[in-house]
Amino acid sequence: MAALWSIPAVQTATWAFVKVMIILNGMLGVVSYLIYAERKICGHIQARTGPNRVGPFGLLQPIADVLKLLFKEEFIPANANKVIFHIAPILAVFPAVVTFSVIPMGPPPMFVATDINVGLLLFLAMSSLGVYAITLGGWSSNNKYALLGGLRSSAQMISYELAMGLSTIPVLLRSGTLSLVGIVENQAGWYALGRTPLALPNWGIFHWYLILPFVIFLITAFAETNRAPFDLPEAEGELVAGFHTEYSSMKWALFFLGEYMNMIVISSIAVTLFFGGWHGPGLMFGVHGWLSEGPAWMGLVWYLIKLGALMFFFIWVRWTFPRLRYDQLMGFGWKVLLPAAIANVLIASVWIYIRGGM
Amino acid sequence: MLAALFFGFAALLVVTSLMVVLHKNPVTSALFLVLAFCSLAGIYLLLRAEFLGMVQIVVYAGAIMVLFLFVIMYLNLQHDVESGLQIAVRRGIGWFVGALLLLVGGALLKRGWALGPANEVLPDVEQGNVAAIGRSLYSRYLFPFEITSILLLVAMVGVIVIARGRTRHAGGRAGGAGGVGGGA
Repeated sequence: MAALWSIPAVQTATWAFVKVMIILNGMLGVVSYLIYAERKICGHIQARTGPNRVGPFGLLQPIADVLKLLFKEEFIPANANKVIFHIAPILAVFPAVVTFSVIPMGPPPMFVATDINVGLLLFLAMSSLGVYAITLGGWSSNNKYALLGGLRSSAQMISYELAMGLSTIPVLLRSGTLSLVGIVENQAGWYALGRTPLALPNWGIFHWYLILPFVIFLITAFAETNRAPFDLPEAEGELVAGFHTEYSSMKWALFFLGEYMNMIVISSIAVTLFFGGWHGPGLMFGVHGWLSEGPAWMGLVWYLIKLGALMFFFIWVRWTFPRLRYDQLMGFGWKVLLPAAIANVLIASVWIYIRGGM
Repeated sequence: MLAALFFGFAALLVVTSLMVVLHKNPVTSALFLVLAFCSLAGIYLLLRAEFLGMVQIVVYAGAIMVLFLFVIMYLNLQHDVESGLQIAVRRGIGWFVGALLLLVGGALLKRGWALGPANEVLPDVEQGNVAAIGRSLYSRYLFPFEITSILLLVAMVGVIVIARGRTRHAGGRAGGAGGVGGGA
């Protein structure tokens, strides 16, 4: 046993496995309480109390929900394509889990599962694979509402993917690397406001040429996760329940899980790209930044605080804004977001070139 | 370890590519093609071409195949509606091209075709090959790069012209080039 442990590859593989298990189970736990949080927040936004019967403050509600879903009857429509009908819910969860393996949750090496030098590209690749779950789920159910929902979603996600990819380019121009750890390390320290004694954290969002990309990224993030105001694939007023109309029991729950996991992943990417990842003033300020003191776990705390704030924003928006009409959605994506993202790439690159950043 | 991964991806690639051709249901074929692209991306990763591997997934698996699926689902192809002659001609061409490919492959193998890059000049691991690709794309291969982008632009404008010509039967073609954003 000791001889086996001394092989470096075995050690790496074991640690990677442990980290993967922690991430996977952590995500499952977080998602179930995220749903609880969403129901509570939505309740208070609508002047209700939300779930409050199961356990203190309704805290055991997610467990009851999951148990109910596990024991429900599973129904498969008569003329459904059985194999694809089974594969689609798996495809809904898998890209989010894979992407989470490259997200830095704290300072490396402890809180980073893997640091590959194309981390951001992996995120874009996986988010582009997310379309399949919804399209195939909609098509294989052999139901016209589901099919319409699936087709809507594939058009929507392909359109918004472009603007999302382009909105990350100014960040790359600034950091000069595709590695997510590298991008976060690039945002360490302080950033002086001209000649004033005032200073802001050196996060992406505090640089003027990264504000518009952040707004574009956020809007496309709503579209990519199919959340309101872009939840047309499951617009219940017109499409029953959209692509998952025919799904029941745990298969339906997997779609739900995938949506919330995608929300966590995309918020994490936003934190990484624009909010300095694990960096935070006062407590812990990065590996080679000014004031680099404090324990490494403070980085995790900062990451979780920022992530929580963004998730709250996601939920807040969902229960505040009405749904867009379909042609408005496509028009907005192609005629507003895409040109704005391209113009911003141009402006940011000229600015960085003038400042001699590269 | 690397050899095992390579043979795993290669076997997956061969099997899924065969399934693309052999499967009856067009949607399933398309899905096998997606899987083939993903295993090809895995092989690219093993060759230290991370950028190519990821772009393979983004462009082919994530965008092009989704459009393919879209079209297949829209047409709802279920059965062949062709005469026996058409099928015979198509099969003949298929056999001919397959035999040609087999010949070429055999010739390549006989001439000592080897795995991996011909010259072992790899970019350093820390930086990866994204920067290297960018540098050569914008210096040595700038002209082909720009020509390709113009080609794509022409195709895009062409598509818009054709689409507009269909929606408005008369007078739609003249304003096509200027009407990129105005597809009412």
